[in-house]
Formats: sequence, C-alpha cells, structure tokens
Amino acid sequence: MCLAIPGRIIEIIGSDPLTSEARVDFDEATRIVSLALLPDARVGDHVLVHVGFAISRLDEAAAERVWAELERLSDPGAPAPHTSARGASES
Amino acid sequence: MIAAHGRSEREAVDWLLESMAASLTRRWAIMEVCGGQTHAFVRHGLLDRLPTCIELLHGPGCPVCVTPISRIDDAIRLAGLPNVIVATFGDMLRVPGTQSDLQSARAAGADVRVVSTPSEAVDLAAREPTRHVVFFAVGFETTAPTTAIAVLMAREKQLANFSVLASHVRVPPAMCAILDAPDTRIDAFLAAGHVCTIMGTLEYEPIARNYGVPIVVTGFEPVDLLAGLARCVAMLERGESNVTSSYAGWAHAEGNPRARSIMREVFETKTLPWRGLGAIENGSLVLRRELDAFSADARFGLSAPNVGGDARACPSGDVLRGVLKPAACPHFGRDCTPERPLGAPMVSSEGACAAYFLNAERRGAS
Repeated sequence: MCLAIPGRIIEIIGSDPLTSEARVDFDEATRIVSLALLPDARVGDHVLVHVGFAISRLDEAAAERVWAELERLSDPGAPAPHTSARGASES
Repeated sequence: MIAAHGRSEREAVDWLLESMAASLTRRWAIMEVCGGQTHAFVRHGLLDRLPTCIELLHGPGCPVCVTPISRIDDAIRLAGLPNVIVATFGDMLRVPGTQSDLQSARAAGADVRVVSTPSEAVDLAAREPTRHVVFFAVGFETTAPTTAIAVLMAREKQLANFSVLASHVRVPPAMCAILDAPDTRIDAFLAAGHVCTIMGTLEYEPIARNYGVPIVVTGFEPVDLLAGLARCVAMLERGESNVTSSYAGWAHAEGNPRARSIMREVFETKTLPWRGLGAIENGSLVLRRELDAFSADARFGLSAPNVGGDARACPSGDVLRGVLKPAACPHFGRDCTPERPLGAPMVSSEGACAAYFLNAERRGAS
C-alpha cells in the first residue's frame, strides 16, 4: 500500500492545482501521474510516486549529506564522500 | 540505488553490516514500523545477516492489517447493495471480514472494483451517474492525502454519487501506544520513510524525547535499510535519543506542506479501534463533518468501527506490536497461509506473517 516509486518528470500537462499532471519516466515505462500534491514540480525533477500521485521531490544534496554522516560514523577522520544519490525506493 | 564512495550496492551492504557490528557493545531491540520495510528486510535476506546483537521487531505499519474487521464487513455489505460499487486497492480483496471477504462477495455478485489510485474511483463515479461509488480508503499518512484529493475532486465536479469509507490511520499514535504497553522492549525505531515524505519529522521529536528512544527515518532498499539501522545503532551506543533521517533526500524535515494542508482540510483525527490493537488515541483520520456529503458513514448511516470481530484465533495484535514473531505463532503455516489466511498479516503485501511465509517458500524452492 505504501509502495512508492522514483521516476523523472519529462513533461508537465496542465496548470490547474487539482488536475495538473506529469509524464514520468520510470526507466521501464512512462506513466501519467497527478501533481495535485506537488504542484511546483518541474521537468527534470526526480519525484517519488505513490498511488498515482507525485508526493516528494528528491533533494540530492540532502541525500549526499546522509552518506557523508555515515562515513563519519565509521571513520571519524574520513573526508566527505563522493556520492551519487538517486535513492531508489520501493516497499 | 545509492552508491557511496564508489561502492557497489553489495559492497555498501557489506560495509554497513561490518561497521555496525564493530560498534556494538550490547543487545538492542529495534522496531521497523513499516510493513513494507519488514518485507524488504526479509526479501533481501538481511535478517539473517544482521549482527546477532540486533533484534528487529516488526511493527504495525500494515494498513490492511489494522483496518477494523467491522469496516471490512461494512464494505462487503455496501458492495452488495443495489446500485452501489465499492472501489478499493487490490490488497483489500482477500482480507478476512467476520464471515467473508470482498473477493468472495464479488464472486457472489457484489460490485467490487480494484483501483490503483483514488482518482480512478472519482472518474468511475463521473462515468456512472446512476450508481453510487464508495471508495474504501485505507492507508497511513502516505495515502491519506491522495484520498483527500479525491474528495476535493468529487466536490469540484459536484458528484452526488461518490463517497469514502475511510480507514486512514496515523503512525505516531501507534508508536506511543506500543511504547506505553507494559510488555514493550523497544530501544529504538526505524520510522517509515514514505510516511515522512508527507508528514516530515517534527511529530516524532516529542516521542523520541518523552520515551528516550532514537528514531531514524529510513528508506526501503537494502542499503537504505542498513543505513537507517547503522544510524540507529550509533545513537543507541552513544546514549542519544534524537530524530534523524537516513532518507533525507526524499523525506524533508517539513514533509510535504501542501499534502499536509489538504489532509487538514479534509480529515480530522479521532480515537478509533485498530484491528488487533484496540483503540489508539487520535490514531485515525475521519472526514470532517462539513464533508458529510462524501462520507459513506453519513450517507449509509454506518455505525462507528468497533473492536470486536476476530472470532478466529489470530493473535495479530501481538504480531503487530512486535511481541510475537510470525513463525512463533501456533497457526503460522499450519491453519494460516496466504491462500487460507486466518488473519490480515498473512494476506497483505505489508503483513509480517506473509513476509515470513513467502520467504520460507522461496528458500524451500531454491
């Protein structure tokens, strides 16, 4: 039920806050999803999609900070890590 | 997929397991709240690879499992009424009610439709103006805003033939109820990442402070799960009880403000029973009074959900509180299987019993 899948917006359709939609690329398929809960989303954004609705936009810098902190936990002297942070997600 | 420091996923998993093991000085019991995370831990074989000092307790985050049996009965009864269509997510079809389930009701002629998004139920109502569409809405805070949007869409379209049979629930009150139980032995929580994409982390801070438990918002991939556990262990070993996030890329501290505001517009909190767990203070979301036109409870004069029901011997409440491990249940795999479930945790794609059963089957087959 809480399944949510990350994808990338490739097209925005409409501008009404309740009915605007986006075409989202999920690697294996593209789907139309509602932007009613994320009306500020833009083409190119990575978004998390749950039951047909985009619910969150990826903050890559925040995802990288998570890894920097993990590296420090295991090695307090470690430099800030280089990360690629497209957090895939499913449940 | 996250690749840290150029590591592959497998290398990152190994590194996280090793660094966690190296930091442990005693046993810790950590509850993952979300049933999707339970399934992911089991499916990826991570339970067997965790340091023995870490015991994972599986939590109540399975919306299908906690939906009161009386709501299932309500849905079955409504679906059998002339000119009523009950639309719901596929997970709900095989959840046992008192005497039947929605799938059996459908086989017997009731009009039950599976939808993949609440908007489909609204579209169905618009297409079928002579029939009434009840959307049987279940789910935690991740899903509740999507139901709220469906209600607002129905209001905008002035649909007189759409209503919601709501069974939406909230995570933080369930965490408090579990912590308040006398037999609780939880040292820390992994909080559900997807719920926090909507709600943010602020609600969890008083819980961490008042109960002295670290809470780490966690994602769903193997690396995410172990990253959350590693943060949790680090805090436990240091004696800290804060809220942190290892899913900060998706779950921001403030959550999704628009989704939260739409939820407030449509729902209010109420104390109602959860299946297996009993009444949870302010643990449920019900439609606001001014939206009675879209409430199946108001439209069909339904009674409030009640605690009763599970006449069968399923001890699902103990499973949902992490007190009873699925495989330790006397019914597990004997008179309770996914094909013939005694209780909801064996049915749902987020139920802990189903996770253990499917994993045992996979191992048997390999």
